[in-house]
Amino acid sequence: MGFLDINNVTKSYGAVEVLHKVDIAVEEGEFLVLVGPSGCGKSTLLNMIAGLEDITSGEIGINGRVVNGVHPSNRNIAMVFQSYALYPNMTVGQNITFGLEMHGVPKPERDKAMNDVAKLLQIEQLLDRKPGQLSGGQRQRVAMGRALVRDPDVFLFDEPLSNLDAKLRVDMRTEIKKLHEKLKTTIVYVTHDQIEAMTLSTRIAVMYEGYVQQLGTPKEIYDTPANLFVATFMGSPAMNIMNAKVVMKDGRPHASLVTSEGGEALLPFSQDNMSEWDDKEVLLGIRPEAITDPDGADRKSSNVVALENRIIVTEPAGSDTFVTTNLGGKDVISRLRADVPVSAGEMFGFAVNMEKAVAFDPATEKRIEG
Amino acid sequence: MMSAAQSQSVRTGRITRTFIYVFLLVASLFYLLPFFIMLVNSVKPLSEITGGNMMALPQVFTLEPWAAAWSSAQVGVEPTGLRPYFWNSIKMVVPAVFISTVLGALNGYILTKWRFRGDTILFGLMLFSCFIPFQIVLIPMARILGILGLSGSTYGLILVHVVYGIGFSTLYFRNYYAAFPTELVRAAQIDGAGFFQIFRRIMLPSSGPIIVVCVIWQFTNIWNDFLFGASFASGSGAPMTVALNNLVQSSTGVKEYNVHFAGAILAALPTLLVYIVAGRFFVRGLMAGSVKG
Ligand SMILES: Nc1ncnc2c1ncn2[C@@H]1O[C@H](COP(=O)(O)OP(=O)(O)OP(=O)(O)O)[C@@H](O)[C@H]1O
Ligand SMILES: [Mg+2]
Repeated sequence: MGFLDINNVTKSYGAVEVLHKVDIAVEEGEFLVLVGPSGCGKSTLLNMIAGLEDITSGEIGINGRVVNGVHPSNRNIAMVFQSYALYPNMTVGQNITFGLEMHGVPKPERDKAMNDVAKLLQIEQLLDRKPGQLSGGQRQRVAMGRALVRDPDVFLFDEPLSNLDAKLRVDMRTEIKKLHEKLKTTIVYVTHDQIEAMTLSTRIAVMYEGYVQQLGTPKEIYDTPANLFVATFMGSPAMNIMNAKVVMKDGRPHASLVTSEGGEALLPFSQDNMSEWDDKEVLLGIRPEAITDPDGADRKSSNVVALENRIIVTEPAGSDTFVTTNLGGKDVISRLRADVPVSAGEMFGFAVNMEKAVAFDPATEKRIEG
Repeated sequence: MMSAAQSQSVRTGRITRTFIYVFLLVASLFYLLPFFIMLVNSVKPLSEITGGNMMALPQVFTLEPWAAAWSSAQVGVEPTGLRPYFWNSIKMVVPAVFISTVLGALNGYILTKWRFRGDTILFGLMLFSCFIPFQIVLIPMARILGILGLSGSTYGLILVHVVYGIGFSTLYFRNYYAAFPTELVRAAQIDGAGFFQIFRRIMLPSSGPIIVVCVIWQFTNIWNDFLFGASFASGSGAPMTVALNNLVQSSTGVKEYNVHFAGAILAALPTLLVYIVAGRFFVRGLMAGSVKG
């Protein structure tokens, strides 16, 4: 049993079930990120943890206590909203201490707590301003200050960075991570940005259509996605999914794919149990960074194979060059080092790191374990 | 600020501009002339009115008609002037406006932030009350006031106006609060604020403009009401409007037009005052809301 225990929780609006039997146990000090496309039920789950939405069935426990039906203010949680939800009529200082005031904390203590938090977040000079007089980043800090001052068991964040511009978002992301490393408080964080999910979390729950598709560390999610949805949702550019047939050659399972020239490419699997799929169709998943130029290939990998293919499009992105080819009937993106000379229409010798390749069952779309 | 205002204003030619000014001048004359006549004639001796031109400025300036209208003119059978009735109206309008505004704000708060099954239907029914003509409810209302023992009293009138006002005040506040971010209410809930604390500390401080709109509307309507006043509060409990009517009707012998004019202005003064004072805040509130953010 975890510090925050989400136990078989479902949520229905009328006859429509929007969350189906969600089961997550969060350890103390963990940074759990709920990630998924719009409408998958992330906010609903977060609001249920906060007590802002009723739980249709199942149980939520915080710090060893079942909190079903407990009022939000008595769950010892704090929440940072997407819109920040700062009280417009109060100063920054009053915003931060409002919760303490409602809990009957005497004024001297409130002021001390406020000053500590203001110092931590470097917003001391803003305490007398109204939220309307702050920039987006400053509002974001104040919203976090309001949550921090409560010293809660669990922090809940609902897409806190989505209203900031790109640069500020990256800065605040680092800052949130630093804050977590310093305070070690348990955090549940909702986002639809998979990069935020990867960089911040200690564990990720990928959600889709009201189901938790996979729960695991960022590395597990990235390297061994449970199914096709997780594989394509996490990572940018997305994982390439190709139609392949398993064939045996020299006693080893290989993926047979059609190249852009209509020829056959044979890529040996690293997973021996793929031989059980001999002569069957699978979906082969390879991330763009595992299809490179030969010099850029992972030297530690024991299974790098060469592949000749025709380049359709090149997209130099500064740090890397992305190259599109056709493989297994699909457009496939590969990631080359920036200074490799390539141009559209040419044949090019790629290096494919098959250690990182995964295969999916075309019928169930689940990853074939290996 | 200035440049923004300039770039937004429509560029107009000299002729169009002249036309606009002339039109505005005529329009304001149209509205100001009756008021001018009332004002001028309320400070003349009666002989100047009966003997001459209504439009002329007074030859002898006197405040006598104002004093008479306020404290000694014959209203009905008593020579009390309008003073007691003025206070009747104040005693009626202040609580009625206050109560209907507060209830409207509470209703708006509940209908938008504490939704419940059937709330839209309830709101629809309340809206319906805005469109019921006064005449239809006179008899049932009289019955109910009788049962409650409030017939002929100021309390009865307050009750009637509150009941009638809630529809509009609810409409105002519901629409205003519908645009008020629900996340603020949720944040306050997590902070531990209760139902009334959220209302008082979060919602009300941001409701300035709509409170002003509501107060102006209710004050004007309730102060100017004649039908309910005449129906439910006759005699010494009557409001200003009814008394003014009695003043004009009850002249035994000669009609004192100057006193009538003075009385009519007295009856109109409070609404004028509310417009001038509250209207300022109204515009200021609207501006503050639109500029920030
Ligand atoms: N009050 C409601 N009544 C009916 N359905 C609702 C209600 N609130 C949310 N839903 C549905 O529940 C599902 C999950 O909504 P939720 O707000 O949790 O999505 P989300 O994952 O947070 O999406 P986003 O990234 O857009 O915020 C959606 O399909 C939504 O339509
Ligand atoms: Mg959401």
